[in-house]
Amino acid sequence: MTADLSETKPLTARIVPGRAPLNLKEYEAVGGYRAVRKALKEMTPADVTKAVKESNLRGRGGAGFPTGVKWGLVPSLEKAPGKRYLVCNADEMEPGTFKDRLLMESDPHQMVESMIVAGYAIQATRAYIFLRGEYIEAAKNLNAAIAEAQAAGYLGQDILGSGWSMDLHVHTGAGRYICGEETALINSLEGRRANPRAKPPFPAIAGLWGRPTVVNNVESLCNVPHIVNNGSAWFLGLNQGKSKDGGTKLYGCSGRAKKTGIWELPIGTTAREILEVHAGGMKDGLKLKAWLPGGASTDFLMPEHLDLAMDFDTIAKAGSRMGTGLLTVVDDRQNMVSVVRNLEDFFARESCGWCTPCRDGLPWTYKTLVAMEKGEGRPGDIEQLEKMTRFLAPGRPFCAHAPGAMEPLQSALKFFRGEFEATIKKIDQTTASHAAA
Amino acid sequence: MSTANPSSNPSSNLAADVIKLADLVASASLPPSDGYVMSDEERHEIEECLHHYDDNRAASIDALKIVQKKHGWVPDGAIAEIGRAIGIPAADVEGVATFYNLIFRRPVGRNVIKICDSISCYLTGYDEVRNAISAHLRINLGQTTPDNRFTLLPICCLGACDKGPVAMINDDTHGNLSPDTIPALLEQYK
Repeated sequence: MTADLSETKPLTARIVPGRAPLNLKEYEAVGGYRAVRKALKEMTPADVTKAVKESNLRGRGGAGFPTGVKWGLVPSLEKAPGKRYLVCNADEMEPGTFKDRLLMESDPHQMVESMIVAGYAIQATRAYIFLRGEYIEAAKNLNAAIAEAQAAGYLGQDILGSGWSMDLHVHTGAGRYICGEETALINSLEGRRANPRAKPPFPAIAGLWGRPTVVNNVESLCNVPHIVNNGSAWFLGLNQGKSKDGGTKLYGCSGRAKKTGIWELPIGTTAREILEVHAGGMKDGLKLKAWLPGGASTDFLMPEHLDLAMDFDTIAKAGSRMGTGLLTVVDDRQNMVSVVRNLEDFFARESCGWCTPCRDGLPWTYKTLVAMEKGEGRPGDIEQLEKMTRFLAPGRPFCAHAPGAMEPLQSALKFFRGEFEATIKKIDQTTASHAAA
Repeated sequence: MSTANPSSNPSSNLAADVIKLADLVASASLPPSDGYVMSDEERHEIEECLHHYDDNRAASIDALKIVQKKHGWVPDGAIAEIGRAIGIPAADVEGVATFYNLIFRRPVGRNVIKICDSISCYLTGYDEVRNAISAHLRINLGQTTPDNRFTLLPICCLGACDKGPVAMINDDTHGNLSPDTIPALLEQYK
């Protein structure tokens, strides 16, 4: 059964709900650490990077940047001798996203193996898994897996006699969503406040402690051993022709659907299949009103968008982003002003405070929405919110945090303008009655 | 005074004054370390962390967590002690301590409830669950019960959205919460 699953669901084939994760021996027995042996004994680091480039694996943290291309930006050892780092972004905090937790809690050796193969590709001297502090179980399981891998010679000095050495450490964070931004993550890992850094220089040139650094998402990395084992053509084929991106994707659904959860499916599966087949549709008596394709920082889409393929390019064409690929479904009992108020509360609270547009613009947005939610919206509020979406557009604030915050807002204003207008009419009546009295 | 001073250059006097002023500001704004004695155990654990990084500063968050594990929060005096232990200014340690929401710079109760208020939990009943907790414990977000048993804090998405509403109590994650199950759940934490 495992063999069959590994053909179509490589990331989750070894995960059985309710069962403890495989230990080293069990993991090896089902082909685990084969990719480490193959990469270190039969492939050069450049070969590994080339295979990942050809697989068209795109970053699963939400941005969709090709993983192999990112690795290719790291200067060669001749040009930049010395220390270099691989960092796994395991700071999963995007509201509505719960996929990396599954991979790390339930198959920690896959994560460790991925770090070793990816670390080899960029010739990392040290690797870190930057894990959010609340993932207690993941930290426990990963540390146990690392200890086993270390004892078996997969980590440490002169790994499998290759002459290459790498240590792997789980660094647990202390909160703050902004740590998921890769340069903020690097600052946090250095023991600083997690303010993002200016780019360029990009981390591949000057990252952790000023050295070449690659930061990749958990799910992106977990694909790497399978690409090394089976080749890029196999990986591309996992999409079953549904997308031009390669591989599978962990899709999920949360909100008031019947069977919320997470499923590994060919990339490019439609949102309708995810919601209606896998999640069983909305709960009885509820209708789908809108949905976020992949986290709080993606634009709302509507029920008529459900037949879109969930891949980076298709969702971008529809005016949103696939993001992390886990749907959040909003039902018809919800008021969109309140829903957006909740989202902007999150973004305002999680602003790191580094740049003025974000630090001041997000609380302003939030306060405006709070007033509107109470029926105290004033004429001009909608226009002010629209201005915010322009002031906080990509390129204006220092990083992508505030632009991400504007995505659900701008799309809600577009699709549900009437609900926002209704909050202002009420105040008009109140003002009128006050005036009359 | 200028005769007593080997250098009567006014600018060097000025420099000395500036340094004095800086010392004054530093001592006024930094928490005093007196009254806090870092245990050998804490010091040892912090030193262990240093091996994981190519720069000692990186251990600042680990060090804060080590102190917090022992005391439940990070007392004022510990800030300077951590700075000394890893070799960075106390102000930098405080900067880090006040940035991260899982580092507590005020005392908290024996059990800390972190309730997720992000979108998926909001859609599945966060408001009702928070109200139930508040009503049962008679505290609002950010407060501690008078008997010091519970502190209630909001937290962003806990990555268990399929089980919303979700809350963590200490290190335990609890999903599919409903107002009815809150009293029994809280009863497990003394």
